[in-house]
Amino acid sequence: MLYSEKVMEHFRHPRNVGEMEDADGIGEVGNAKCGDIMRMYIKVRDGIITDVKFMTYGCGSAIATSSMATELIKGKPISEALELTNKAVVEALDGLPAYKLHCSVLAEEAVKAAVKDYFDKNNIEYDKEKYCAGDCPCQH
Amino acid sequence: MIYLDNAGTTKVDKIVLDAMLPYFEEEYGNASSLHSIGQHAREVVEEARAEVAKAINASSDEIYFTSGGSESDNQAIMSVARMGEIKNKKHIVTSKIEHHAVLHTLKKLEKSGFEVTYLDVYENGIVRVEDVKNSIRDDTCLVCVMFANNEIGTIQPVKEIGQVCREKKVTFFTDAVQAVGHIPVDVVDMNIDMLSMSAHKFHGPKGVGAIYVRRGVPLFNLIEGGTQERNKRAGTENVAGIVGLKVALMEAVKNMYCTIKHEIELRDLLIKELLKVSHSSLNGDEMKRLPNNVNICFEGIEGESLLLLLDDEGICASSGSACTSGSLDPSHVLLAIGRPHEVAHGSLRLTLSKFNTKQEIMEVIEKVLKVVEHLRKMSPVWDELEKGVRKHVI
Repeated sequence: MLYSEKVMEHFRHPRNVGEMEDADGIGEVGNAKCGDIMRMYIKVRDGIITDVKFMTYGCGSAIATSSMATELIKGKPISEALELTNKAVVEALDGLPAYKLHCSVLAEEAVKAAVKDYFDKNNIEYDKEKYCAGDCPCQH
Repeated sequence: MIYLDNAGTTKVDKIVLDAMLPYFEEEYGNASSLHSIGQHAREVVEEARAEVAKAINASSDEIYFTSGGSESDNQAIMSVARMGEIKNKKHIVTSKIEHHAVLHTLKKLEKSGFEVTYLDVYENGIVRVEDVKNSIRDDTCLVCVMFANNEIGTIQPVKEIGQVCREKKVTFFTDAVQAVGHIPVDVVDMNIDMLSMSAHKFHGPKGVGAIYVRRGVPLFNLIEGGTQERNKRAGTENVAGIVGLKVALMEAVKNMYCTIKHEIELRDLLIKELLKVSHSSLNGDEMKRLPNNVNICFEGIEGESLLLLLDDEGICASSGSACTSGSLDPSHVLLAIGRPHEVAHGSLRLTLSKFNTKQEIMEVIEKVLKVVEHLRKMSPVWDELEKGVRKHVI
């Protein structure tokens, strides 16, 4: 099998999928030309991510990593969400094929982009260098 | 399971398998041996050669058995290139949509000083004969255009290209892996100098194919060793495989018109119904296409997830998206017909066989519609297309 059972399970039944009308932060990373785009919505109350939704255009692992990333940050303080690494997403999914690892990077970046958007909208200071510009690994 | 990946490979026909089986346990002789089971194997191989030749209107001595399409493609190209080198003719004309077995062989030749012209195939996925004519130079040693494309099924004007090559005295090789056994192929009428075929594309076994080389066209070998295949392809003959190739091809030719009629009916039903999906588009010419090929792009979704979900529904299909091509770019064929990357990622190829039924096709239509809708619902690209933030391309 190309993917682990866990990946397939998240791909078949993605958690937290959909749009969020009143999101406090929205992050979008990836590029349609490369074949994957992730959009992440977060709702924040008292520094806690109370709700999260995603929409993803991409392959099986792009959808599964988005789903897993939302699960890993839901109900967590923003500071914790920012510590989410692509490695943690991959581990939670029982691994990904090597050439699909960029999908997990995209998931990590989507979370950061959503938080950054929340910071920007609320004039909260942050270290700009820590946030990726959302560039795609395939360089299109 | 509904199998719609017949351009990838096909199910071995029962009659083919039955014909092959005795050559594993009973008639397992080496065709080069002098004893009777060896000699019997020799006869069987020669009989197969005659039948394979007949199927494409060639002579027995113009057929060489190989391990399949890729080997045949490699041998044909490398062989003509070697002759070209001797005569200081180091230019090759090909199309942008050839199989990788051809394109990668040509890339290798480019590294050793050959110049290759890659012909455009325009939006319909078909090479223009005029372009072939205009590309041939004094130092052109080979024109290499496939008979029918493996992804979008477009049938190339082989006979006319062959005619131009004859006039210009340039060798014409066609990779006919998707055509032989599916549509009529006549090497004499179509002015073909060299042609490759592969058994597993027409309900024969994997690992066996053939190359046709017109009498008088020099052939060099790729594999050195024994004197098999009249010194042109070393290695003990794959007797069971060769028998399988023969029987599969005879069956395919015998029933060709019935199969074509059946496949066209199913193909056109699939195309008609799937194009009802908004912002979907057929890849490749509608008329000049293989009877068994459907290739459609759906905007806003990605091919790999489409295939995985269809697989869950029991449907085997394929796609030209980057994730399924194993590279960062989508299919070179879809890009060559002008599909933007983001559209090419959403392609679905369904390739039929004589075994498919109308009932299966009705089920496939229903499932594809369901899966496309599901994926579009979670796609930010589709969302933007719907809201007008992003412009529809198809």
